[in-house]
Amino acid sequence: MNASVSEMKTRSTTRDDSLLIAGKPYLSRLLVGTGKYKDMEQTQQAIEASGAEIVTIAIRRTNIGQTPGEPNILEVISPERYTLLPNTAGCYTVEDAVRTCRLARELLDGHDLVKLEVLGDEKTLFPDITATLEAAEILINEDFKVMVYTNDDPIVAKRLEKMGCVAVMPLAAPIGSGLGIRNPYNIRTIVEEAEVPILVDAGVGTASDAAVAMELGCDGVLMNTAIAAAQNPVLMASAMKKAVEAGREAYLAGRMPRRRYASASSPLDGLFF
Amino acid sequence: MLIFVNGEERCINDSLTVDALLENLGYAGKRVAVEVNQEIIPRSQYTQTQLKDNDRVEVVRAIGGG
Repeated sequence: MNASVSEMKTRSTTRDDSLLIAGKPYLSRLLVGTGKYKDMEQTQQAIEASGAEIVTIAIRRTNIGQTPGEPNILEVISPERYTLLPNTAGCYTVEDAVRTCRLARELLDGHDLVKLEVLGDEKTLFPDITATLEAAEILINEDFKVMVYTNDDPIVAKRLEKMGCVAVMPLAAPIGSGLGIRNPYNIRTIVEEAEVPILVDAGVGTASDAAVAMELGCDGVLMNTAIAAAQNPVLMASAMKKAVEAGREAYLAGRMPRRRYASASSPLDGLFF
Repeated sequence: MLIFVNGEERCINDSLTVDALLENLGYAGKRVAVEVNQEIIPRSQYTQTQLKDNDRVEVVRAIGGG
């Protein structure tokens, strides 16, 4: 019995249950960002503890945000070991987002997997959906493989999928807010309708939020601040890894139905009083 | 002549190539990507691409981000 459960678990977490993105299988369903860490050493330790295989990076001018003498992020997060996911964070227009992706492809020697986000305003960092759709179309026509950040609107999610995005990534809550999944019903609807991976991107605050996303049937979770802004980022990275795994297993296992009244766990037969 | 590198004015010698500019900036051999007037210059063309007066050059790299 125990052997077969562990066999099942091994099977489900190694071969059969890999996350397929743009044709490539991944064992980890946790995707992490590399922003907001104290230094490169902490970045590296947290990414390692998270077990993530897909790691986001940003593209910026060389004279911005560089601590003299600090190694380049690509020396710490090696493109040979990780699947890098350049993002278009900070882009508020179609042109800036497309330009950023083209530069990323040049920088990473033809690497074509990108995370597209076109933001609407600085206060909410909510996506500008019309601009996102427009940028996605241009990028897909240029043979980019687009993982797209969007809001939790099932209609838009479906449209992005139909256009050819390789993954659709609805927000749980505003970027960096840590508010958790604000609209689980919409996320569930998006998941039910989808034929590409659906990843919750942004808004996760702690491990239980990540577990909820996975229990809703999401294919993965992408996060940055929830780990980087924790008191102990490396420990939180480890917690997130477990939460994503636990949530996935719970989803696959199928939860019991909720009921309003109690149902005794011990048999009522054979009572001696 | 005058060019702009990452938004900052720079006075350079005439007929400077992208390759030589990167060398001057200390980015030789570093993992960067270059745009001149919003056109990407592939790495293989650094030595052939000469900069012109008023060119707007962007030199970018990967940094941590989410």
